[in-house]
Amino acid sequence: MTFSPRLEEKFAKMLTIYPEGRQRSAIVPMLIYAQDEVGSITPELIDEVARRCGVSSLQVDEVVGYYSMLHRKPMGKYHVQVCTNISCLLVGGMELYEQACKKLGIGHKQVTADGQISLEEVECMGACSWAPAVEINYDFHHHVTPEKLDQLIDGLRKAQ
Amino acid sequence: MPKKLYNEPSPLETRILSRRFGLENSESLATYVANDGFKAFRKAREMKPEQIIEEVKTSALRGRGGAGFPTGLKWSFVPRSSPKPKYIVVNADESEPGTCKDRLLMEYDPHQMIEGILIGGLAIDSHKGYIYIRGEYRYLIEHMDRAIAEAYAQGYLGKNILGTGFDFDLYTHSGAGAYECGEETALLDSIEGKRGIPRMKPPFPAVAGAWASPTLLNNVETFSAIPAIIRDGGAAFAALGTPKNGGTRLLCVSGHVNKPGVYEVPLGYPMMKFIEEIAGGIPGGKKLKAVVPGGSSCPILKADECDIPMDYDSLAKIGSMLGSGGMVVLDETTDMVKFALRIMRFYAHESCGWCIPCREGTTWLRKILQRFDDGGGRHEDVALLGELSKNMLGRTFCALGDAAAMPTISIVEKFADDFEKRLARDRQMVAV
Repeated sequence: MTFSPRLEEKFAKMLTIYPEGRQRSAIVPMLIYAQDEVGSITPELIDEVARRCGVSSLQVDEVVGYYSMLHRKPMGKYHVQVCTNISCLLVGGMELYEQACKKLGIGHKQVTADGQISLEEVECMGACSWAPAVEINYDFHHHVTPEKLDQLIDGLRKAQ
Repeated sequence: MPKKLYNEPSPLETRILSRRFGLENSESLATYVANDGFKAFRKAREMKPEQIIEEVKTSALRGRGGAGFPTGLKWSFVPRSSPKPKYIVVNADESEPGTCKDRLLMEYDPHQMIEGILIGGLAIDSHKGYIYIRGEYRYLIEHMDRAIAEAYAQGYLGKNILGTGFDFDLYTHSGAGAYECGEETALLDSIEGKRGIPRMKPPFPAVAGAWASPTLLNNVETFSAIPAIIRDGGAAFAALGTPKNGGTRLLCVSGHVNKPGVYEVPLGYPMMKFIEEIAGGIPGGKKLKAVVPGGSSCPILKADECDIPMDYDSLAKIGSMLGSGGMVVLDETTDMVKFALRIMRFYAHESCGWCIPCREGTTWLRKILQRFDDGGGRHEDVALLGELSKNMLGRTFCALGDAAAMPTISIVEKFADDFEKRLARDRQMVAV
């Protein structure tokens, strides 16, 4: 299994930054960067990361199950993450999440039928003072209003 | 163009760590160097390691991640003479609900943190560091990578830094979504490529941390405070705060206030003055109900408990904590049942499952609170929630169990009326 040249370069460097014999340290960063390219954590990807880090596939597999950003099933091309933790909750985060469910017709960790947009109710993302917050893939959106959320989702549909 | 700030600064702030926020290209090395950058590193290079640590002790700086442990003391625990390599690990896993300050320190002034890390390296004889950044902050990982590359290119990292003969390599390391990895020993397991499970202490990370080597592990803000301490002296930093609570810190205020934002104030700043004047008070003329003083794991304060100075010891005296600086303000309309439930949904989700009191405790607390919120509450649930929480306290490897129990105990004790009102409403609904 190979990745894009940019990622291959990144991974080659990654394996050199940890102490000698401790290359399994690269497992978590390698998984998350690879997931961005592959779309999800597939069995082949687990085998590949295990091979590169010098551990068994099982050792990678058990790590995958722990981290909430790693998904074994593909999420949408656009992954909409709505925070409903306390700071967002107090200023309408839960209502935004419910609005997103309704508008997209999907629930927590589900994907639209066309595979384009997925939704997740997430825990605190560190945007508390600019709440309520939504993160789409890796882009933060602050002070999200119901109107702004509608526009964001409409924008994603147009971008397809 | 100066970068647009997330929120307008307040004239009442004391800006030490955030003094470069808002400057043109504040994130660039050139701006940093032109504004006192790396003066502290040059000064530290002329000092003995013990003197650096002494200066940090004098500053009365306490860990800004949440626990508030004296930083100089932590530095002194690293066995400098150990034949093993020594590592620096920066905790940039900022995940405590209510907390969003480390983002700004990395985004606006990455070189301030880099300089702090280098000074830490001089103090403990370390030549390699890792910044563990939560996966959700991808843009900041890329941002820090650019800052690090810039520092390497201009001789502020790598071999023979600024001709001083000191070598230091610095790297970023991405997390992938786990609150627990903000706990220092879980973070170390994560950086070693494992599930983020807390370790038995002792040994503490200072002695056996990353890859079983001595490791200095501090929060982003803690390292970012070091350059000012070395440059202007520990005593000057200490004098900004109150005894044993040196300096300033970044407070993140959110919830029901007119001007939510991140503001830097001295330790000991009056809480009500902060809420009313810096954070602009509560919208719509509503009354204050409660304050979460430093992230969701801190015991909640009732409105009449908030007339206090914000330092570690004053908060401890009234049974709460200054924590990570994430202050959440609740107005009189807040439904405390829903609030307690949301907190517990979080901890149940984030419990790593290693310790049974935490794994089971958070799950049962969530279920009881969910049932209560759904209208199936019972009178005895209020006492049960408190009792169950108290049985978790101190019975887990790490502080996550306590972090879930403490706010719950305080909410059911201080806001029992809210729960009783819900029961009364449920009974009425049944009667109708």
